[in-house]
Amino acid sequence: MLSLLWLIPALPAAGFVLLVLLNRRLGRAGAAWIGAGSVGLSMLAALLVCGSFIVSPPAGDACRQVLWTWMDVAGFTPAIGFYLDAVSVVWVLVITVVGFLIHLYSTEHMEHDEGFTRFFTYLNLFVFSMLVLVLADNLLLLYLGWEGVGLCSYLLIAFWQKDPQNVYSGRKAFIVTRVGDTALIAGLFLLLTQLGTLEIQPLLRAAEQTWAPDSTVAVVAALLILGGAVGKSAQVPLQTWLPDAMAGPSPVSALIHAATMVTAGVYLIARTTPLFELAGDARLAVALVGIVTLLIAGFSALVQHDLKRALAYSTISQIGYMILALGVSGWEAGVFHFGTHAFFKALLFLGAGVVIEALAGEHDIFKMGGLARKLPAVFVTFTVGAAALAALPFVTNGFYSKDLVISTTLGTADGNVWLYVGSILGAFVTTLYSFRLVWVVFFGEAHTEVTRRPRWRQTMPLWVLAVFSIITGFLWLPAWIGAFHPLEDFLDTALPPIEWTGRYAHFAESAGAAFVIILIVYGGIFLSYLLWVPWRRGTHAFAASPVVRPLAAFWLGGWGFDWLYERVFVRPVKWFAHWARHDLVDYVVDGIAWVNLAGWRTLSAGQTGRLRSYVAVAGFGVVLVLAVVVLR
Amino acid sequence: MASVSLEHALILAAILFAIGFAGLLTRRNLIVVLACIEIMLNAAGLAFVAAGARWGQADGQVMFLFVLAMAGAEVAVGLAIAIRFRQSLKGLDVDDADRMRG
Repeated sequence: MLSLLWLIPALPAAGFVLLVLLNRRLGRAGAAWIGAGSVGLSMLAALLVCGSFIVSPPAGDACRQVLWTWMDVAGFTPAIGFYLDAVSVVWVLVITVVGFLIHLYSTEHMEHDEGFTRFFTYLNLFVFSMLVLVLADNLLLLYLGWEGVGLCSYLLIAFWQKDPQNVYSGRKAFIVTRVGDTALIAGLFLLLTQLGTLEIQPLLRAAEQTWAPDSTVAVVAALLILGGAVGKSAQVPLQTWLPDAMAGPSPVSALIHAATMVTAGVYLIARTTPLFELAGDARLAVALVGIVTLLIAGFSALVQHDLKRALAYSTISQIGYMILALGVSGWEAGVFHFGTHAFFKALLFLGAGVVIEALAGEHDIFKMGGLARKLPAVFVTFTVGAAALAALPFVTNGFYSKDLVISTTLGTADGNVWLYVGSILGAFVTTLYSFRLVWVVFFGEAHTEVTRRPRWRQTMPLWVLAVFSIITGFLWLPAWIGAFHPLEDFLDTALPPIEWTGRYAHFAESAGAAFVIILIVYGGIFLSYLLWVPWRRGTHAFAASPVVRPLAAFWLGGWGFDWLYERVFVRPVKWFAHWARHDLVDYVVDGIAWVNLAGWRTLSAGQTGRLRSYVAVAGFGVVLVLAVVVLR
Repeated sequence: MASVSLEHALILAAILFAIGFAGLLTRRNLIVVLACIEIMLNAAGLAFVAAGARWGQADGQVMFLFVLAMAGAEVAVGLAIAIRFRQSLKGLDVDDADRMRG
């Protein structure tokens, strides 16, 4: 079974090639069958391969499949090879399962779009690139997938390319993530020159053997990798592209900008765990990036009017939790939160897509309202997703993973009280903004008529994702509930286990810590109910008061990062480009043109059209030639 | 009869050629211009004949026959041009034909 590994990325690639070649000859049905079918088959292959991997693990708890040598240059021979271990199993399953559900949803969501085939072409290319990213056995191939998903992200954000604003958002995403990508490729060069290989497992072993813990080179390499992760996963300070990325269609926001691509940074750090174990300072940087991001994005999500932008900020915030977990050596907690987040956040975005479609493109939550009766399926599933996002205790997967992440921020040797308090505060804000969406969108007065209802291809993925948003949490129950943690055992085969060695580890692992979170979550949900249902008028008045309004505007604009970058980077570059239009090269080019023009003027001045002057010149020439010949 | 020396013949040819060339430069009437060209052709022919006589070769006279034939053809073309010229420019002033000015 494991020999079928190559099929998992090959099937979406085949779908992409077919869609490109048959493009115009395919009807909508054909494109839908190829687009969703290839990912569906890929999901079946992934279930088979990963199932057999889990049931009967291969020797060494990992399997490697080399297809061919990519290139062979001066002893550097990266292969096109795939590597499957517990970490990549988690990612492959999430990508293919969520990916297939979103493809199915898209066949209905995009059914009247003129770019239907193009949409599935990009989407298949994305799934292929993402699978290459998580299956690559060397960092160069990983980088290929990394850039591939970046390209697809750009293409799909700017999918409705007739609106310049969408294209601008696409460009912004591409250019901002490019900053992180540059750091990553610099990190790859550093690793290659220092350790002589880019193949991940030998590279990590070599790093452990040759680099001393906390040596400068290890810290620099880990920080450069963190730079790549920060760009791709939309963390501070490169988070500004993700809210604008919501210009793309909702399935794109669900698949790329919530469930899979933006977690590539989390994958990258989890994949290079030994490197970060060697670099304590880099781990601290990871944790700081995570905690700052999750708080900043959480408060921004609290004041957004646009449904999708609110979800985008919550994605940034939740990825902040994953990064924070990685930063305090809770590697497995980060991976667990990735898995649960992928399901409930994809669910929320797909639900938002149905709502926006039903209200004829309305994005403003305050123009929605009262949808609980009109779109019951969406209401139930969206509420499940929001509950998971808010970490509603015991029944949702978000509770188990977020509880684990928050515990690790206190319980591990790298954790401390400040990170713990910050993540608790973040959890409180999360409950506020996630249930704010539920109260405002689904309760109260209806402000916009429902003009369209979803059919089964849209509701089925919602229900499936809602079920996943509940059951996946039970894969890893905390110690005080029971000793059921198959996911932890599985991840132990590839990642270092969480070591509860911190000063407050005893408390962090206990039911007492969980009780704090349960209290915070229920308190947050109750407060959000009060704020946006009975006291809504008062809340609006409060938000509009002169003291609070500037703060809310500050949060609404994402803490002024865009404002700052516009002045520090965009305008100087534009000014320089404007100024440098007349540079030295232009003088050379203009000079050539000028010389030719002057030559033409001189020569054409001789063309008087007067026969007699021609004769005179010819005669003069003959005399001159004769004189030279005779007098020489 | 005192024989004419080669030098005398060549000096005469040069004078004729110079007269023809000067006419070409100074006269604006197309017919006169054509006549000047005839003078220059005959100057060249005279030089051929004189040189042939000097070395006792027939080549000089043969070349003169060629020059005569060519001059006849040239006059045919030249006069045809002159007629067209007069029709299109209402005159024979060569300076009027400056439409190829650069």
